[in-house]
Amino acid sequence: MLINVNMTINGKAVSGQVEARTLLVEFIRDHQKLTGTHVGCDTTQCGCCTVHVDGKAVKSCTMLAVQASGKEILTIEGLAKADGTLHPVQEAFREHHGLQCGFCTPGMVMVGVDICRRHPNADEQTVRHELEGNICRCTGYQGIVEAIVDASAKMAGGQA
Amino acid sequence: MGQYGIGQPVRRKEDVRLLTGKGSYTDDVNFDGQVWAAFVRSPQAHAKILSIDTSAAKAAPGVVAVFTGSDMKADGVGTLITDVEFKDLAGKDMFRPKRDFMTIDRVRFVGEMVAVVLAETQAQAKAGAELVMVDYDALPAVGSTAFAAASNSPVIWEEHGSNVGVHWENRPEAEIEAHMAKAKTRVVVDIVNNRVVPNPMEPRCAVAKWDNDELTIYAPTQGGRRIQQGLAKIVMNLPADKVRVISADVGGGFGIRGKLYPELGVVSWATRKIGRPVKWRGDRSETFVSDYHGRDQINHAELGLDANGRVVALKVWTIVNCGAYFAENGPRLPINGGGRIIPGVYDIENFYFSVKPVLSNTVPTDTYRGAGRPEANFLMERLMDAAADATGLARDEIRRRNVIRQDQMPYRTQMGMLIDSGDFIGNMDMAMKAADWAGFEARRAESAKRGKLRGIGLSNFVEPSGGRPTEEMRIQVTPEGKAVVYAGTHSHGQGHETVWAQLIQTFLGIPFENVSLIQGDTKIMPKEAAGTFGSRSSWMGGVGLQRSAKRIVEKGTKIAANLMQAEPEKVSFDAGVFSAGTSSVTLAEVAKASYELKNLPDGVEPGLDESYFLKRDPEEFNYPNGTHVIEVEVDPDLGKIEMLNYIAVDDCGKVLNPFIVHGQVYGGVAQGIGQAMTEMTVYDDEGQLVTGSFMDYGMPRAHHLSMIDALFNEVPCKTNDLGVKGAGEAGACGAPGAFVSAVCDALKGFGIRHIDMPLTPDRVWTAIQKAKAAKAA
Repeated sequence: MLINVNMTINGKAVSGQVEARTLLVEFIRDHQKLTGTHVGCDTTQCGCCTVHVDGKAVKSCTMLAVQASGKEILTIEGLAKADGTLHPVQEAFREHHGLQCGFCTPGMVMVGVDICRRHPNADEQTVRHELEGNICRCTGYQGIVEAIVDASAKMAGGQA
Repeated sequence: MGQYGIGQPVRRKEDVRLLTGKGSYTDDVNFDGQVWAAFVRSPQAHAKILSIDTSAAKAAPGVVAVFTGSDMKADGVGTLITDVEFKDLAGKDMFRPKRDFMTIDRVRFVGEMVAVVLAETQAQAKAGAELVMVDYDALPAVGSTAFAAASNSPVIWEEHGSNVGVHWENRPEAEIEAHMAKAKTRVVVDIVNNRVVPNPMEPRCAVAKWDNDELTIYAPTQGGRRIQQGLAKIVMNLPADKVRVISADVGGGFGIRGKLYPELGVVSWATRKIGRPVKWRGDRSETFVSDYHGRDQINHAELGLDANGRVVALKVWTIVNCGAYFAENGPRLPINGGGRIIPGVYDIENFYFSVKPVLSNTVPTDTYRGAGRPEANFLMERLMDAAADATGLARDEIRRRNVIRQDQMPYRTQMGMLIDSGDFIGNMDMAMKAADWAGFEARRAESAKRGKLRGIGLSNFVEPSGGRPTEEMRIQVTPEGKAVVYAGTHSHGQGHETVWAQLIQTFLGIPFENVSLIQGDTKIMPKEAAGTFGSRSSWMGGVGLQRSAKRIVEKGTKIAANLMQAEPEKVSFDAGVFSAGTSSVTLAEVAKASYELKNLPDGVEPGLDESYFLKRDPEEFNYPNGTHVIEVEVDPDLGKIEMLNYIAVDDCGKVLNPFIVHGQVYGGVAQGIGQAMTEMTVYDDEGQLVTGSFMDYGMPRAHHLSMIDALFNEVPCKTNDLGVKGAGEAGACGAPGAFVSAVCDALKGFGIRHIDMPLTPDRVWTAIQKAKAAKAA
């Protein structure tokens, strides 16, 4: 049996028919063809699939599409401005070498934005502990932590 | 050259694409009419297959076809590659078990593929796979490395009669024992180099399509040419140019993404068989039991020293667990892959080396970041710490007395490697100063006041880099004066899009932003493309580009001379401009002219498009080296280790982009710390992988690590024109030794001198309790 879902993704109203078991990440990737959100594990550990649901970071592999019905979703594709200006967290990742292969990056950036929202002027230890749910194999997290600390300060200072 | 030339910390070109969700990974590729593949994998570590009943699966909703290894064999599909040959001292060849793409009558590890189900959706394929009934007759299994080598273990390959593939030795042991006998002090270490699961963040995936009698397959690889050749020859029985391998964005390589995996063969064969595109995406639980693993050695070693603390002889016995089959490089890693650097940065004349690659009921092991070199360096550094204890010399002093000095270079090692350059004393000085080694005891005392045990450790390393000895790079200058690099190398995180553009701007004066990169497509990459692994790209790709650029200038000079009506010998080239006397033309103008026949001198072909096939002596490498120092604090009540400070001094030769090389160091260190601190691969006695997901396997997370201070002690390499050395594997070589040394320094009050990796809280706490109990007794 298929179920109707309606939600807003990156400011656009979308709808679709899904199986009850369809995950939000499957709806985003397979139905909406937004492939920036990645799947890196099957146990909610890696965080590659992190998106925002009503403004909060959520692992989209661990939420059903039907649970997201009626909600506002933001994916990595919707983060930069329409004119291409990067979000301060994206810009900080570029500046601090917060990515190498790029696979964990969309999730890291989306969780980074959430960390900056909740922790203005976040310090290094806060960021490291907040990143518990996101795994990177390339960078040693150094550039990621530096980027989020930097972006958090800039956003708190109104420079964003 | 300005801000984009060689040596500048240029920000990466690839980042905006990857930061905005516009990357193109294999799982982003889909074709109309595709079917999904799901594999039936063995739950048994070792068993005979009595029968495979596919009838229920074939009848399941959406299932299109079910195939087994027998179906592939009937089509003439061959076996996987073992690209290694070794003999023992008597001349007897290594045993080489054959591996089918899907096993037929026997399973030898949990996760081995038995059948494939193809269905309209992934869910239907997975449901179908559950319905394939395999009747297994379980056999005793070998789950551990030590047991595999033991005389009473079950034998996995009866036709060989032993689990030891070959007993390789560099020379008779007695020759070295003669020297060892003269030692004043003999130290012995027994260490386990733990098996790790490489886990690139992108799970393995493949999409294959048979069209117009040609195979196209998308998959994450580290280059693709060798995989193309393997698929063409072994699986498809086609000329290589009828197979196209495409690897656009790849989510991490680390050595293990460069292999011809059986899943690639199955989907390639299946798409031709059924005439529809076939897609497979591995779950993480699946890649845990099918991606090749890394490391997994047991080392026993003995070091003899004279009265001055100088090494007189070294003997090493290594057992390496290669898993159920010898993968492409399996037994190579401890022998001539990386292990032969074993005397490391130390000047050791008398060296005996014994290696036994063993087969077991586990996932095969192959190249993983460092591929034998982290194991070799770790062993040497544990020996040096043990030697310091035995002689009473400080840990740095015993090393200073034994390192190869600069005036000894080029230095020929006992295993025949020629170390061209390196400042090993300078590395130690720089690292110890940056870490304030001299002021450590005050910090130790401060920690003690808080009930914490503080320790400091150091590790030297050297690691031959360069990988396979050939590479081809091509530069095309378009009529608009832009450059397109067609690379034989493959970037999957290393930032080649950026660094190759820096090189082109330096060599040809073409602006950084006007350089683009084409890679990862066997149809358009250079014919002799090799790929990226073994820290080889800066050398093989960089010098390849330098020579291609030279050819561009040589040809451009002829055309420019014609345009300026000057003698070619009078034409000079600098920063994108050809000059002769008062005349000049830009490279862009020459490029435009090169595509018009009227501008060409006699005998010059149209276009400005040159490639270079770079070949080096296969025995020639470059030698990245360094000293890493780490400071830790141990909580003795919990066994928990906190990393406080990390200094990495690296000699990567000439640094092309410090921003990117720092990133390579950080990443390598994190993988080294992961192996030393958190990553434990556990097989139980029945051969079940207990740590088969990110829930169970300790991937290092952000909070396990501290900031890493990466410094360069740059000594240009003498054996290549750019002076570059590798960078990618250095961190993984330096970190484990420094980490274990630091923790043992913290625990020296308990008399604890070694704990096998990974140093989990449980292991550290247990070691402390045992030490306390021993003291009380």
